[in-house]
Amino acid sequence: MTDVDVLSLTGAAIDVGGRRLWTDVDLTVRTGEFVAVLGPNGVGKSTLVKAILGLLPLAAGQATVLGQRPGQANERIGYLPQRRSFDPSLRVRGIDVVRLGLSGDRWGVTVPVRPAVRSRRRMSEDRLTEVIELVGASPYAHRPIGQLSGGEQQRLLIAQALVRQPALLLLDEPLDSLDLPNQGSVAALISRISGDAGVSVVMVAHDVNPILSYLDRVVYIAQGGVASGSPEEVITGEILTRLYGTPIEVLTTSDGRMVVVGQPEAPAHHSDRHGGH
Amino acid sequence: MVLASAASPPLTGNLVEDVRQLFVYPFMVNAFRAGTIVAVLAGVIGWFMVLRKQSFAGHTLAVVGFPGAAGATLLGISALYGYFAFCVAAAVGIALLPSARGRGFSEENAITGTIGVFFLACGFLFISLYKGFLEGVNSLLFGSFLGITNQQVVVLAVVAVVGLVAMALIGRPLLFASIDGDVAQARGVPVRALGVAFLILLGMAAAEASQITGSLLVFALLVMPAATAQRITTRPAYSLTLTVVIGLVVTWLGLAAAYYSPYPIGFWVTSFAFAAYVLSHLAGAALVRQRASMVGPSPGRPDLRAGVDR
Repeated sequence: MTDVDVLSLTGAAIDVGGRRLWTDVDLTVRTGEFVAVLGPNGVGKSTLVKAILGLLPLAAGQATVLGQRPGQANERIGYLPQRRSFDPSLRVRGIDVVRLGLSGDRWGVTVPVRPAVRSRRRMSEDRLTEVIELVGASPYAHRPIGQLSGGEQQRLLIAQALVRQPALLLLDEPLDSLDLPNQGSVAALISRISGDAGVSVVMVAHDVNPILSYLDRVVYIAQGGVASGSPEEVITGEILTRLYGTPIEVLTTSDGRMVVVGQPEAPAHHSDRHGGH
Repeated sequence: MVLASAASPPLTGNLVEDVRQLFVYPFMVNAFRAGTIVAVLAGVIGWFMVLRKQSFAGHTLAVVGFPGAAGATLLGISALYGYFAFCVAAAVGIALLPSARGRGFSEENAITGTIGVFFLACGFLFISLYKGFLEGVNSLLFGSFLGITNQQVVVLAVVAVVGLVAMALIGRPLLFASIDGDVAQARGVPVRALGVAFLILLGMAAAEASQITGSLLVFALLVMPAATAQRITTRPAYSLTLTVVIGLVVTWLGLAAAYYSPYPIGFWVTSFAFAAYVLSHLAGAALVRQRASMVGPSPGRPDLRAGVDR
C-alpha cells in the first residue's frame, strides 16, 4: 500500500457534451496526503472527481485509483459530493444519514436474531459512534439533519464518507456555504483525518486560503491551463496570474502563512454546470 | 349504497357487543380484511413517498385510477382491476418521462399534473356518457367499503404481499437513494432504476388505497399516517412501524364509524387520520415548549439530545 500511489492521473483529459473541458492533468496522491484541486467555479473540478469515481470516462490519458481502473475500487473511496443541503423538513437523524454510508447499499432486511448478525450490528453501531465522535458531531447526531446548520451537516457527511474506513476521501467543495470559523475548523478536521488516520484526501475547492497551510500538493485547473505540484511550486503570483488570466498576488503573513489575493471567485455569477443546487 | 343507510345499527354502548356486531355481516368482515391489507401496504409505501417528496406523484397516480375504475365498472368487472391497470400504467408513464435530475420524477413536474387532471376529466366524461351510473361515482371518488368480494380480498392480499416483499428487498438502498442520491450512485446503488421501481409500487399502493378511500382521498392512507409518524419520531424503523400502526387504527376506526353512522367511510378514515396528524403537531409543539422551559437554551445537553428524536 505504501509504495503504490493511491491515485495517479497522467495526461488526463475529459470531454463533457462534446467539449474538451480540460486536458493534460497530472496528479499523484500518496497515502495520507492532503491534495487540493483548485480553480475557479465552473471549470470542471467536480468533473475530475466524477472521473476518479469512474462515473465519467476520460477522453485521454491514464488513471489508476487504488491500483485499479476508476470505478473498480469505489468500495474503498469515501465521497462527499458538492453541497447537498438537506430539506429542513427531512425527519431523519444525522446518525441515520451516517449509517447509510455504512450499509445503505445493502439489499434486503437483516433480522437481528442470529448471534452473528447481532454482533455485526453491534460492531457497526460502535463504528458509527466512533466516526461521529471523530468529526465532533456527537452533540447533535441524534437530531433531524434538516434542522442542523451547514457546518454540522457537513461534519456528519464527512463522517458518512469516513464510516467504511476508506483509503481515499474525495471531497467536493466541503467548505462551500460554510461561514469562516466553520471553514477553518472543518479544514483542520480534514487535515487531522489525513494525518492521523492515513487517509489520502483529494479536496475540490475554489478558495485555497482556508486549507493552504495543510496541503501537501495542489492541482490548479483554470481557463489558462493546468498546473500541479507542491504548494510552494504552484502557488506563486506568476503562475496563478497566468492560469486565471487576471493579476493575482501571493503574500506571506507575519507568521509565515501564504495568502492568495485577487483570486476571482465571484460565485454570484458563475455558471453552475453541475446543477448541484 | 342503500345498504349503507339501512345497515346503520344503533350502538349498544357495550364495547364488546358493538365490536361483535361489526363482524356479523360477511361484507363487514371483508371490509376489515381489505382495509387491513390496504392500510399496511399504503403505510409502508406512503412512508417512502413522504420521505421522497413524491406526494404529488401519488396523488396523480390515484386520480388517473379513477377513469380506470369507472371504465371497469361500466364493463361489468370490479373497479379494483381498473384502478390497478390505470395506476400502474400511469406509474410506468411517469417513470418514462424525461427528467433533468435523472431521478425519475420530481415534484415540480408540471406534465404529471397536466396528465393527471386530463384523466380525471376523462373519467367524468365516461360517467356522463353512461347515465344511471351516477350512484357509483361517489364511491369511486370518495371511497366505499361495501360489496368487497372474497376474490377481491385475495387480489388485494396478493398485490400487497408482492409490494411488501419488494419493499423489504429494496428498502435500504431506496432510503439511501432518496436521502442522498449522489453518494448512493457513487456506491453503485442503481438510483434511477430504484426510482422507477418505487413509482410502480406507488401505483400499486395508490390503486389499493383507492379501493377503500376512493381516488381523491388516497392521501388519508398514503400521506397522513406517514406524515404523522415522521412528526413523532425520526428513527426510520420506529417511524415506519408507527406509520403502519396509525394507518391500521384510522382504517379500523373509520370502518366502525362508517358502519354505525350514516356517513361515508372516506370521510371517517380521512378525519381520523387528520385528527392524528393535528394531535402529533400539538403534542410536538407542547413537548418542545416544555423541554425548553425545563432544560434551558443549552443545545449541547445530553438530556435534550436524547429527547428530540422522540
